[in-house]
Amino acid sequence: MDSPVQIGILALQGGVSEHRQHLAALGVAAREVRTPEALAGLHGLILPGGESTCLSRLLRLTGVGPALLQAYRENGLVLWGTCAGAILLAEEIVGETPHLGLMPITVSRNAFGSQLDSFQGEALVPTVSPKPIPLVFIRAPQIVGTHPPARVLLELDSYIAAVETDQALATVFHPELADDLSFHRYFLRKCGWQPAGAAPDRSRPFLAVR
Amino acid sequence: MSDDRYQLNVQLAQMLKGGVIMDVTNVEQAKIAEEAGAVSVMALERVPSEIRAQGGVARMSAPEMIQAIKESVSIPVMAKARIGHWVEAQLLEALGIDYIDESEVLTPADEECHIDKHAFKIPFVCGARNLGEALRRIAEGAAMIRTKGEAGTGNVVEAVRHMRTMNREIRELQSLPAEEVVPYAKNHGFSMDLAAKVRSLGRLPVVNFAAGGIATPADAALMMQMGCDGVFVGSGIFKSADPARRARAIVEAVANFNDPQKVLAASMNLGEPMPGIEIGTIPETQRMAERGW
Repeated sequence: MDSPVQIGILALQGGVSEHRQHLAALGVAAREVRTPEALAGLHGLILPGGESTCLSRLLRLTGVGPALLQAYRENGLVLWGTCAGAILLAEEIVGETPHLGLMPITVSRNAFGSQLDSFQGEALVPTVSPKPIPLVFIRAPQIVGTHPPARVLLELDSYIAAVETDQALATVFHPELADDLSFHRYFLRKCGWQPAGAAPDRSRPFLAVR
Repeated sequence: MSDDRYQLNVQLAQMLKGGVIMDVTNVEQAKIAEEAGAVSVMALERVPSEIRAQGGVARMSAPEMIQAIKESVSIPVMAKARIGHWVEAQLLEALGIDYIDESEVLTPADEECHIDKHAFKIPFVCGARNLGEALRRIAEGAAMIRTKGEAGTGNVVEAVRHMRTMNREIRELQSLPAEEVVPYAKNHGFSMDLAAKVRSLGRLPVVNFAAGGIATPADAALMMQMGCDGVFVGSGIFKSADPARRARAIVEAVANFNDPQKVLAASMNLGEPMPGIEIGTIPETQRMAERGW
């Protein structure tokens, strides 16, 4: 591992290996989290896409839910929820009881409709990358409201797609399904990662002068 | 179906990984399944064990029943079309559900061809007994594969056989010298493109669930330890003594499949499982796994 930063992926259900592979491409070996004990020493935890109703029940049952809330409040654990993960983080869910309820955002589940309404696109998220980032929406929720201290990272037509606070990140799309590492790199930086990958980046200009 | 759409359909299945998909026959069961933590429900009029017992021709379920279930839950809804019956598939797509199972549990409509799934926008899951069958379905456009097992029996032996066969054939294909790949692909009836993909990935290029005969938390964990990405449970839940409890237990067992203490805890006090059937006692003409090719 290039960096001492310790990153976990909640591995109770959903798209776990996709996040693991993206982190591995950045030189970070992530730990799969299925028990409260596995949270020890983590700087950051990814809550992957999956089904939020299933994940919520397993978070309660395994005790990982209360433990990660505690680690978030007391140890500065940084969280990133993608799709279902973002639903788990939200303080408010339209028409439903919230789950972890720790990000000042309101989400609306299955806001686009069924799988037939899943889609992909591309957008510029200046805070995260200077280049457009591919976006994959699968039965995605929408963020329909935010409150301070949440900062909007990406707003599309009539909804918000990415939001952050100092200690949490929520994306309703799936960066782990796209061939792009920008959001994973950004999350790792939020967790205190010093990229060893910065060295090749700095050497680029010498190769690119033509 | 465009390449992008196919990719999105494969990716939805990736989000179901580590989850349990449950057969339900009405709104009440669908809600029990969702509350238990199912990642998706399969809406159908009769579970496989009833189809097996009642005989006759099993068709796509009544659309109003599927629609009522779709409106009652927030998780993805699947429904079954007969093998080769593309108009049933068109109706299910028009209903706006999330996934179609082109299923051997229903009576096949075509004994020669499966549905051309590339002609659809909606994703399909198909059953398979071996690598060749899985890759033929993928070639036709399936975005997800499941073992066939022997549905409605409460007997996991066929699902184990099918998963073991797929795993063995993937290992074989990976270990072959390049010149032996062409004859292997020819003998097993799949394309060189897909052969190359499986060789580089060391697995199917789409999510692969276990299905057909899973009745207990231990059955589900067994299939997960064999390398499945998740499980379908058909008759196993709502034909048992305490469906809500068994549904929750199977979800827990799949999430913790490598932790015997947790699978044990999930297995306590579940009441009677569904009655099982010895495969050898089923006449060959009534074996559902033999349907499709």
